[in-house]
Amino acid sequence: MVRILVCVKQAIDVSQLKVDSATRRLILVDAPRKISDFDKNALEEAIRIKEKPGAEVLTVTVGPEDAKTTLREALAMGADKAYLISDPIFENSDTLATSYILAEAVKKIGSFDLILCGEASVDSFSAQIGPRLAERLGIPLITYARKLSLEGDTVTAERSLEDCSETVKAKIPVLITVTKEINEPRTPSYMAIMTAFKKEIVMWKAVDLNIPSEKVGEAGSAVQVLDVLAPKVERKKIVIKGENTAEVAEKLAKTLIQEGIITR
Amino acid sequence: MYSESKDLMLELIGEGSELASKLQTQLTAVVLGHDVKDQAKELIGYGAQKVIVVDHPQLKEFHAEPCLSALTQLTKQHKPELLLMGSTKRGKELAARLAGRLNAGCIPDCLELKVDEQGRLLVGRMVYGGNAIVTQIFRAKPQIVTIPGRKFERLEYREERKGEVVNISDIQTEAPRTEIVEVKPKEVVETRIEEAEVVVGGGRGLEKKEDFKILDELAQILGGQVGYTRPLAEDRKWFTEWVGLSGHTIKPKLYIACGISGVIQHVAGIRDSKTIVAINKDSEAPIMDMADYIVIGDLYEIVPALSQALRKLLA
Repeated sequence: MVRILVCVKQAIDVSQLKVDSATRRLILVDAPRKISDFDKNALEEAIRIKEKPGAEVLTVTVGPEDAKTTLREALAMGADKAYLISDPIFENSDTLATSYILAEAVKKIGSFDLILCGEASVDSFSAQIGPRLAERLGIPLITYARKLSLEGDTVTAERSLEDCSETVKAKIPVLITVTKEINEPRTPSYMAIMTAFKKEIVMWKAVDLNIPSEKVGEAGSAVQVLDVLAPKVERKKIVIKGENTAEVAEKLAKTLIQEGIITR
Repeated sequence: MYSESKDLMLELIGEGSELASKLQTQLTAVVLGHDVKDQAKELIGYGAQKVIVVDHPQLKEFHAEPCLSALTQLTKQHKPELLLMGSTKRGKELAARLAGRLNAGCIPDCLELKVDEQGRLLVGRMVYGGNAIVTQIFRAKPQIVTIPGRKFERLEYREERKGEVVNISDIQTEAPRTEIVEVKPKEVVETRIEEAEVVVGGGRGLEKKEDFKILDELAQILGGQVGYTRPLAEDRKWFTEWVGLSGHTIKPKLYIACGISGVIQHVAGIRDSKTIVAINKDSEAPIMDMADYIVIGDLYEIVPALSQALRKLLA
């Protein structure tokens, strides 16, 4: 039976972020969270592969206890079982530490044929977890997959790169990061959401994975955040009005020329 | 420094030399390839103080694992403080994996690199869909950073520059773990949109690809270029490139957004534009918060009218 692991992240919902206008600091404490968009594409792809020959889809996340909400969403989309790796000592882990935690979890979960990740998380967009995890597990990696198929023991993927579209093959087990163009994630039905509550979420703490504190959190991180500030935005927001299209267009044109934005 | 893209490599040298002097360390460029010994001279001409050329048949075409093993060995041997790599998709993947192998940190897509009074490297990059700039430091070495194209300038080529060249051909390379079966080149756009002073952007408000001719017209009158949003490239497949977070970042003097709602990912690519004009039917569209001048209307009427008005006034 084909076994697919999908790594998901409960990311900050960037569309709901608030800024302290005096300091330009972002209000991150209690910021609303949601499942990272590209991870939904990864889940959808895994579930599509499952629908064909029949496979098992497991989903795993490293996060705080309330990341359970994200896992329930993944289960509602069609994952069979979820793993929440959570421990206060994991807080403030960078990608080096987080990929370590994930690798230990994957090793404990056991065998797998495919690991799917989003190309990057929607909040930090650094695209590192997939590659780092593949390195820790010593398996082939295919990034930026916009199309994917599994036949027997071979994965074929189409990668979208800047200068070309590359078709690659690799023997399982393989880790693949997917772009949002790979599919349209499903919206779970009411029935699927209800069924999700009956599926199992396994919770593991640091001690369950034999993870020492010096390898995680700030102590285990190679990168540290000094500050997070909103960029300065001072836009004029002047609405150009007029009696008809021609008038509006002329007003806009004149304004842009007068302000020196357009020069002759 | 390493990038598989030559243009990026030269920009890395440009930025690298400034940092090297601030951090009081040497600037070394790495070339990985086969039959590439003559590339060293060019890189020195552009400012590299030292060039390590790794020449091996397995490095002839770009494959991640052979490059990775070469870079890992070089890094372990030479122990650089800072590793600059190009922010292409291949480069970012390589940088993250290299950091993994070296138990190091990696900060991708840097906007800003500064050295503070304590001699620490401060790295700034955009996060939260372009809503914030995070400043970070490294707690370990090597410090691995990826730099996007056109963020920094290359130095002037000077024939007289001198540098050390080290040639290596007997390196252990790791075999690729994936097989490249087919490569379909993408149509490369002639002039880089990042260089345009004026950009006219089109988004989902455009119904047909042919309708772009009204934007082409406006762009031509203004001596600018036309840009596209991601859905028009990746979903509708009208184009191969786009302006936005995971595409091109531009900062023209003037950006005219036509039929673009202004989702965060697109705004992240245009936020540094000097002046932004938004033309959209929807007065509630997010782009309205980012614009200096707003026209609520149908782009199919406004854009041609604007072209006409400008033609008259600029004549």
